[in-house]
Amino acid sequence: MQDNNQNPAASGGTALGDWIEARFPYRQFLRNQLTEYYAPRNFNFWYFFGSLALLVLVIQIVTGIFLTMSYKPSADHAFASVEYIMRDVEWGWLIRYMHSTGASLFFAVVYLHMFRGLMYGSYKKPRELLWIFGMLIYVVLMAEAFMGYLLPWGQMSYWGAQVIISLFGAVPGIGEPLATWIRGDYLISDITLNRFYALHVVALPLVLIGLVLFHLIALRTSGSNNPDGIEIKEDKDENGVPKDGIPFHPYYTLKDLVAVGIFMAVFFFIVFYMPTFFGLFLKPANFEMADHLQTPEHVPPVWYFTPFYAVLRAIPDTFGGVLAMTLSIVILFFLPWIDRNPIKSWRYRSFLYKLLLLTFAGAFIVLGYVGIQPASTTIDQIGWRMTQLYFLFFVVSWIYSYPRSNRYYYTAFAIVAGVILMFDLWRGPDAFAWAMSIVPLGLTAIFLLLPTVTRLDESKPVPERLTS
Amino acid sequence: MTNDVDRNRRQFLTVATSVVGGIGVAAFAAPFVLSLRPSAKARVAGAPVEVDVSKLTDGERVSLEWRGQPVTVIRRAQEVIDKLPEIRDRLRDPDSDEPQQPDYARNEHRSIKPEFLVMVDVCTHLGCAPSYRPEIGDPRLGSDWPGGFNCACHGSRFDLAGRVYQGVPANLNMVIPPHRYKDDTTVVIGEDEEEA
Repeated sequence: MQDNNQNPAASGGTALGDWIEARFPYRQFLRNQLTEYYAPRNFNFWYFFGSLALLVLVIQIVTGIFLTMSYKPSADHAFASVEYIMRDVEWGWLIRYMHSTGASLFFAVVYLHMFRGLMYGSYKKPRELLWIFGMLIYVVLMAEAFMGYLLPWGQMSYWGAQVIISLFGAVPGIGEPLATWIRGDYLISDITLNRFYALHVVALPLVLIGLVLFHLIALRTSGSNNPDGIEIKEDKDENGVPKDGIPFHPYYTLKDLVAVGIFMAVFFFIVFYMPTFFGLFLKPANFEMADHLQTPEHVPPVWYFTPFYAVLRAIPDTFGGVLAMTLSIVILFFLPWIDRNPIKSWRYRSFLYKLLLLTFAGAFIVLGYVGIQPASTTIDQIGWRMTQLYFLFFVVSWIYSYPRSNRYYYTAFAIVAGVILMFDLWRGPDAFAWAMSIVPLGLTAIFLLLPTVTRLDESKPVPERLTS
Repeated sequence: MTNDVDRNRRQFLTVATSVVGGIGVAAFAAPFVLSLRPSAKARVAGAPVEVDVSKLTDGERVSLEWRGQPVTVIRRAQEVIDKLPEIRDRLRDPDSDEPQQPDYARNEHRSIKPEFLVMVDVCTHLGCAPSYRPEIGDPRLGSDWPGGFNCACHGSRFDLAGRVYQGVPANLNMVIPPHRYKDDTTVVIGEDEEEA
């Protein structure tokens, strides 16, 4: 350990404080984490979403604990106990709506937090593990949300779980036994509900809190990135303090409080005035009790899963779709080794890279829209094209890692365009599909052919110090 | 203590301890993983169901429940079986390409024995129970109705092998559950033929 009890700076408070400090170094902890933790001075609003995610986690845990006090995890009583919470438990409606709204806003905040990481290259060296812990949090959060969604035991709970669990049934060879093992029964039943409750309430929250801790330890070790993507630790003054750093407390704790105020206003506006949020946060069909003999008209997942659900549907083969959907999540883990361009922030990357990242974000949003719509020829075709753009991001990011020769770009274009056409042929093209193939092919041409005739692929010089 | 550390011995012991410990952990994990399989209660509730079909006459049916689903067994007359191929061009999936049945029921009559149809009586559209309408030209279904199943909820139609018609809301054939013949007249629903 360090020189904690002999350091004069460690004392200076009350005698009781000193006595505690010698046994439990809380002042040292606060210094390390807050008052002498130096964060870059140029954070913008995108940096709010990390602390907001922490806030939502606390809201979910507290409201969740109170919900478990009135909820009954059994197929016979679950639906009625949720109605009981809504009508008979004092303030039960508020606690439940906070929990359901919190779930959706958790994902909203996490998606913005992740996009911030993409814009400013926060996944790059030395923050690869920070990114991976974040991705693990995201995946566990998806499992947590999925299992929580079954608990009200409404029609959409039941059939949504049915759709997702049957995805495991598509794995060749072990599919059906695997799905049976997950359900603990031959159909989704009381047994399934009970185990999802255990996982949702105990197991996954524990894992989540542990991962959040890992995420924060990794963050405190490498330090925050910033909108310029410049390492402030490489330029320190004589006291070893980064010249472009400011203490996290009070500067960012206070700044974050402003964000908390705005976020809470939005949060409670939804809780009070639009808790179902146009059927996106709570679906109408879920106000009917689960019935294993009656499938609802249309079973879309909750909005935060729909981009990946659209990828699943874009592939006209069940197991192929499951693979594509899995890959679309897993590939994000490898982003630090796919995009190896030394420039972190998109501020100093080329015009074409900015366009690429915006294309990716756009494709993700459109996929989210497609995934919530009932299947039709047009919707399926759009989903397929957006899936291609989603994966194109990773291919072009890899190519943009280093300066390439014209010949390299021509070859890369030929290969990527060939792969796109190959998948189109396999998917069975019609006239509409051929017309739509202009989208991925055109963008591939922009990303891989424009660098050979223009200078749109040139990065800007990265300054020595933070700019603003 | 001396400084003479036998590194080979130390490494051997480290590896040996880790391997034995790892096996122990894996063995200890097994009860937890296995506890998640269907319990005895769930297995009993999902157990195969036997049905005696010897007393069924042509056109008659018997219904029972298996794993929370209604299953119907129908005896088809020879002329019904002979007519099955005639309406192929009115069906969406006449060859049962979609995996709605075990492989041994992937044939024209969608069953093991042509005369007995064993089928889950749930519409593949939205889960209603289609009605059995075997009469040719049933007045409710039009003069060209060759006999089959009609779902009153949304109007999906199926033939007497549970194959879905074109242009109806459902787009999959009705489900044939795994089943086998224990003897000539006893069907076991819920067990595959090859497991017998």
